[in-house]
Order: sequence, then C-alpha cells, then structure tokens
Amino acid sequence: MKAFAELLDRLSLTGSRNAKLTLVRDYLRETPDPDRGWALAALTGDISFDAAKPAFIRKAVEERMDPQLFRWSYDYVGDLAETVALVWPARPGANREPDLSEVVDALRGATRPEVQRLIEGWLDALQPTGRWALLKLMTGGLRVGLTARLAKRAVADVGAEPVPVAEVEELWHALHAPYEDLFAWLEGRADKPSSENPGRFRPAMLAQAIDEAADFARLDPADYAAEWKWDGIRVQAVNEAGVRRLYTRTGDDISRTFPDIVDALQAQGVIDGELLVMRDGKVASFADLQQRLNRKTVDAKALAAFPAAIRAYDLLAEGPDDTRVLPFAERRKRLEAFIAREGSPRIDLSPMQPFATWAELAALRADPPAGDPQVAEGLMLKRWDSIYEAGRPKGPWFKWKRDPLLIDAVLMYAQRGHGKRSSFYSDYTFGVWTDDAETGKRVLTPVGKAYFGFTDEELKQIDKHVRDNTVERFGPVRSVRAEPHAGLVFEVAFEGLQRSTRHKSGVAMRFPRISRIRWDKPPGEADELATLERMLARMEAR
Amino acid sequence: MIRPQDLLCPRPEGLYCAPGDFYVDPVRPVARAVITHGHADHARAGHGAVLATPQTLDIMAERYGLDFAASTQAAAYGEVVARDDVDVTLVPAGHVLGSAQAVVRWKGLTMVVSGDYKRRRDPTCPAFEPVPCDVFISEATFGLPVFRHPADRDEIARLLRSVAQFPQRCHLVGAYALGKAQRIIRLLREAGSDQTIYVHGALERLNALYGRHGIDLGPLAPATTGKKGDFEGQIVIAPPSATQDRWSRRFPDPVTAFASGWMQVRARARQRGVELPLVISDHADWDELTATIDELRPGELWITHGREEALARWADLHGVPARALDLVGYEEEGDD
Repeated sequence: MKAFAELLDRLSLTGSRNAKLTLVRDYLRETPDPDRGWALAALTGDISFDAAKPAFIRKAVEERMDPQLFRWSYDYVGDLAETVALVWPARPGANREPDLSEVVDALRGATRPEVQRLIEGWLDALQPTGRWALLKLMTGGLRVGLTARLAKRAVADVGAEPVPVAEVEELWHALHAPYEDLFAWLEGRADKPSSENPGRFRPAMLAQAIDEAADFARLDPADYAAEWKWDGIRVQAVNEAGVRRLYTRTGDDISRTFPDIVDALQAQGVIDGELLVMRDGKVASFADLQQRLNRKTVDAKALAAFPAAIRAYDLLAEGPDDTRVLPFAERRKRLEAFIAREGSPRIDLSPMQPFATWAELAALRADPPAGDPQVAEGLMLKRWDSIYEAGRPKGPWFKWKRDPLLIDAVLMYAQRGHGKRSSFYSDYTFGVWTDDAETGKRVLTPVGKAYFGFTDEELKQIDKHVRDNTVERFGPVRSVRAEPHAGLVFEVAFEGLQRSTRHKSGVAMRFPRISRIRWDKPPGEADELATLERMLARMEAR
Repeated sequence: MIRPQDLLCPRPEGLYCAPGDFYVDPVRPVARAVITHGHADHARAGHGAVLATPQTLDIMAERYGLDFAASTQAAAYGEVVARDDVDVTLVPAGHVLGSAQAVVRWKGLTMVVSGDYKRRRDPTCPAFEPVPCDVFISEATFGLPVFRHPADRDEIARLLRSVAQFPQRCHLVGAYALGKAQRIIRLLREAGSDQTIYVHGALERLNALYGRHGIDLGPLAPATTGKKGDFEGQIVIAPPSATQDRWSRRFPDPVTAFASGWMQVRARARQRGVELPLVISDHADWDELTATIDELRPGELWITHGREEALARWADLHGVPARALDLVGYEEEGDD
C-alpha cells in the first residue's frame, strides 16, 4: 500500500507527461504481483469502488476526536479524504499495513458493512499518505491526472525491451486485473497472451499533419483518397460473436453512454468512424455531442434530444476476417457494402471527396461544398494502397485541417506555469473589447485562455512584459496592464466557437493558442466581442 | 499572591518581564532583550543589550553585522543569569543551532518561554529539554491536528529516490536559510549521500557558520556557476523564494521540492508549484505540541503564535487552563 500511496502522491503533483511515465513505469517494475496489477487497474479505471460514503468516514473520525477540532481541520484543508488521512487518531497496537491486494480483495468480496468494519483497522495501520490513497480508492475516482492511455504507455515500457503501446492496447480488453499474464509476457517469462477476445478494441491508425510546403510537391494526387474530417470524436464500434461495444480511439469503453449506437450495430464487424450528434442526417455541433459525453449513464430525454450517430470511415473486421491487412481501396469497397447492409439511420458512410489536383482540393478545403462539409474540421488524405496500421505512421495518412479562425485579443491576466515553466508566467487569459452594459464604457471581457503557441524565446519576452506591467497580484496570478494605449496584443488562433453560459462574454473558443505576438499593435485596435458574435452567428446559420 | 502576569505580560513590543526589565524576542528595538533564536522574526537588530546563547549571538552578527546591538551577553545552555530580581536560564529548544527556551524564575514562580521548538532529533542542535514550570508559553505554528510530520528519514529517502529516478533532472530543494538548509544537508549525509551539494549564495555564510560550530556539512559548491548540464542528477538547495524565481531557470528541468511543515497539505504544495513536497519542519507538530503539554502539565498554558484556538481547546479538554496571548509580529504563514 505504501508504494501505491507514494505513486498517487507523486502523480497528483507532477505535471510533466514524461515524469508521470517514469513514475508509473518504475512502480510497475518494482512492485510484485498482484499488487501492481490492481494498482494498474485502479489507474486505468478498470476497477473502482464505492465502499464508503464521505458521511460514513466523517462519522468514524468524529467518534475518535473532538468534532470541533475536526471541523477546524477540515476548514483548513478543504478536502475530506485528505483531512481524515491527516487527523486520524490511530489507536496504538494496530495491525501491520495492509497490502494493496488485501484491500482490493476485501473491497471486491465483502459487503459494505463488512468493509466499514475493516476500514478503521486499515486507517490505524497506515501512515497519512497511505490513508489518503486508501480513502481515494474506496470512495471511487483516483483523479491524479493520469489517463488510461498514459498508464498503458507506461505498461509498454515495463520490460527490458519496450513493446509498442498498440500491442498493449490490442491486448487490453482480453485481459483481466491483476494482469499477471501481461507482466509475465512483458518481462519475458511467458508468451504473449491471446488477444482473440470477441469484442476487443483494435488500436487506431492516426494521421500525420500535412506539411503543405514540403508534402504536396512530392505526393501524387492519384495515390490518395480524400474525405472530410468530421468534428466529433473518433470511435470504434465492434459487433463480434454477440459482443457489441463502442470504444474511444484510446480504447476506453463508452458503450454504456451510447446505448442507442450499440443497439444499432447489426452486422458482424468492426467500424472505425466519427461519433456525432446527427438530426435528419445532418451533423449537429460539437457542443451537442458534449451533452452526451462524459456521462456514465444516459436518460431517455438526452437520447431523444441529442441523438448520436456514427459516420463510418473504415472497416477493420468483417465477420471472421481481419480486414486491416487489406489496402484502403479494398476496405472502402467492403465498408460501403457493410454500411448498406447495416441499413441504420444511426450509421452512415463518410463520403469520399473526389478531386484531380492538389490545387482543386485546396480550393475545396478553403470553400467547402454546401452541407455538412462546411462544418468539417478539414480533410483527410489516405493512400489507396495503405493497410490499417496502429499508431501514427508517416506517409500513408495525412490530416489537412482548415485554417484556424483568428482574432486579435489583449492580454489581461497571466498565471505561473507548472514544472519546467514554474518560474515563468506562461498561462494567459486574454480579452476583447465590449461596451459595458451598465456604464456604457468600452471595456475588455475575457474570452479565453492559452498557454502555448509561442517559442521559449518569446515566452521569456512575454514573461518580462508581465513582470514589468503587473497591476495586481492574486497568488500565482497577475493582472497585467491592458489599456487602449498600453498592453500586449496576441493574435489568437482557434478551431471554433460555442455559446457558453460559464463565460461572462457568452462565448467559448475551442482549442485556442497564441499564433503571433503583436508587439506592434496598440490594444485599442484589438478585436471587439461583436466580431466573435458574428463568427458564431455565421457558423450557426449554416 | 504572585500572579504570572506580574512576571511576564504581552506588550506591543513583545513579551515583557517587568521585574527584570527585559523583553523576550521583541519585534521592535528595546533597551534590554532576551533572544531565543536567530530567525529574523525573533531576532531583530537595534536593541540596547541582548542576552542570548553564543551561537545565536554569532548568527545575529553574521546576519546584521557586529554592531547589531549596543551590548551583548552570551549565556551558555543551563547558565543562570540574573536580570535584576529575575533569574534567566537558556535551555535547548531543539529548533535550530543556538535555539533556546527562556526559563524565567522570580519569587518561586517558574515560567518557560519556549520560543520555537520541536521534539524530534535534529543533527544540528541539542534536543529540547523539558523544564517543569508553573506557566509554559508555547508556540503553535502547527497547532492543528492535521499537522503530523512524518519521520525525517522517510522524507529524505523520498528525495534520494526521486534523484535516482530522474537522473536527467536537477532537484531544487527550497529550505529556509537558517537551520532547515543545514539540517537537510546533514540528513542527506546521514542517509549516505556524500556527493557535492550545490547551494544558493544566500546560504553560504550560514553554512560556514554552522561549520565553525562543528556541524560538518560535507562537500558543498555554489550553484551559481557552471553550465546547465552540470546540475543533472544533482541536489541544489536554495531559499524557498528562489526556487520559483528567475534564478531557478539555470537548472535543467528541475524537480521543485520544498522542505516545510506546510507541505503536509496538498493544496499548499500545488499552490506553490511544488512537485516533491518534503514534510520536514523545525517546529513541533500537533503530536509534539500536545505531548509536551501533557509531559509538563503546567499550571497554565499560554500560546503565543500560530493556531492558538485549536491548541487552547485541546488543553482545555485535557484539563490544562490555556489562553492565547495575541502577540503580533511573528510569521505564521512564513516559509517555516
């Protein structure tokens, strides 16, 4: 339990992806079975518990200590699990610290009252960090800033010879915690476990961003198919031997969130496509899709209001055939027949976009034909002869996104970064001009936040500007001088706009980043909120 | 009937002893002062006569210059010094080098001003000595039950483990310049680390002073020279404020650590951008505070600075009458 607690503790304060990988990899290398497998399952969300409610834990601690002292402590710390972990008045003569697997076994097997009897003994035996980890584990959701995908990356590095993460992902849904067979294979002690598990996830093939200047000169348009890149989330829909599942492109199982999609899967096979909300065959906004995402269960109302659909790009298996080894042209033919057989309004085909020259395609990208292509993120280019290869191989597939939207906005607040950037003010909130409803004065209203898009050299210059032009400090945040004739203008690039009730300005940007720093531009000449509102109205009017 | 407040009472300048005409750790310049230890909020320059341990006087001279007071008098631990009708004895407090409790005796009444103290072992200063007393005047910096400092050894082991785990990064450890920094270095040496430790310029003079007082810190080097690559896999110790400042940019992708009792609370660590919090404090934690009160069982407990209300409540619940003194000027949210 101690090593697991230390891992969670470090992960919760570590920002860097590489550092997180090192922490998880080292833990998995150094911890014996089955503890490490249970830890991995907890990190990937493959096991979670709901063994104790906060109220129960609070009651247990208040039986042992003065409630007033507990209240003051809780007020100070602000987090119940952490407070209890720190203040827990351990009774002397406690048992030895429980192993993680002991705790997991009990949580899996015991009834809630039984577990509640065990909890106090565990808390007595553990140190504060161990108690904190235990309480997080028992109340569900570790929330230490580690994605399941990153955990699997660390798994791929466990052995002396790293394996491709795609192999781990393909195996994943055929395995069960605590994954002793997986570790045995990674450490060269056993053969690779079988992935022949009906309904499993196949690692996705991803595209490189195209380099317009270099790539078009050497690529022959006749070798490539083009299709629109839809603005939803990439998914894999599986129907094999009676097992029907929907996965994200990283292999998270989201079947329960999308029962409408799962019910629509009739033909036996595996579709790669885009998950969208569609009404009458027309793509709805990403904001609509968000109403369906990140829910564990879904009610009838949401199903009716935000009907989900798949727009299919590719076919990875058909009946017993693994089609990934076939060229794209062949897979596409099979996909067209497959989707026709499905015959469901919830599953349609992503149409090909015919073209003869790169110039013609560039014109289509700049001014897409009427209908759904107008809200596409851009184009995908796929070599007709490409097999379906896990990962992001260079050459067979390219994405060619539409040019981003741009506005000029004024830097309003700057916040210290994390890790490498902790000595820099590197997170910027920027705003545009609007007329204040009460005073009628022209004021700045925040419209977004960005923390990348600039070089290290530019970061140093912006950091200096922030320090030299600080108006006020609020902890790690500084407000920066922002007046018509004094301040800093950023050209901000973003992918789209949505209405937002959370932002005072009423709009929220998708994927904003700094595209240029306009040292030359007086803030007074930055954009108005009205400009953003017009952009939004145009998108909605399609 | 002699009352404790006739011997010691709070004034704006600090805790005042009328029968001996002196202040303990005054926050403003006064004619006669007794100084418990060298931290800046307790030891200020500009007093008339100063009584303190030789180590504390040495620290004050190093920080403020030789003329930090009009006159000084050194009192070794245990030596009884008369101040008018009052006997003053300085007794180890276990806080930092030279730190002392001021034991004040007058007409059969014994009061102990703890200054800042801790109960656990510290390789850089002698351990706290409990003195039976009528009134114990305690600090309460960590006077909440959430503060339960783990064993130093475990925290140092976490640091060394992280150094081994991230050999391409430098570990930048924030530690208060007086006491904490030297204690961390000694603890690292005790844990078997004998490589050069790099230090910020602000620590150099105090490190040398500790050396003169017999605390062997092992090989040290300034962290101000060298190329970025030189610090890979190394430990650098700096005052807490420097670890987030532009000064820290010279280091390769540092793991920012901070050695402080405040690091017990995750939100504090997150707020400061600390990746590796080390819960190592020179103050008594909740268990040490309450154990000390329980051990001494004073007739009254006075609480000077920190989280008075919680410690006062604990004392009341355990049958020790307690009151908060509301002394101003001591850092409660400082760098520990």
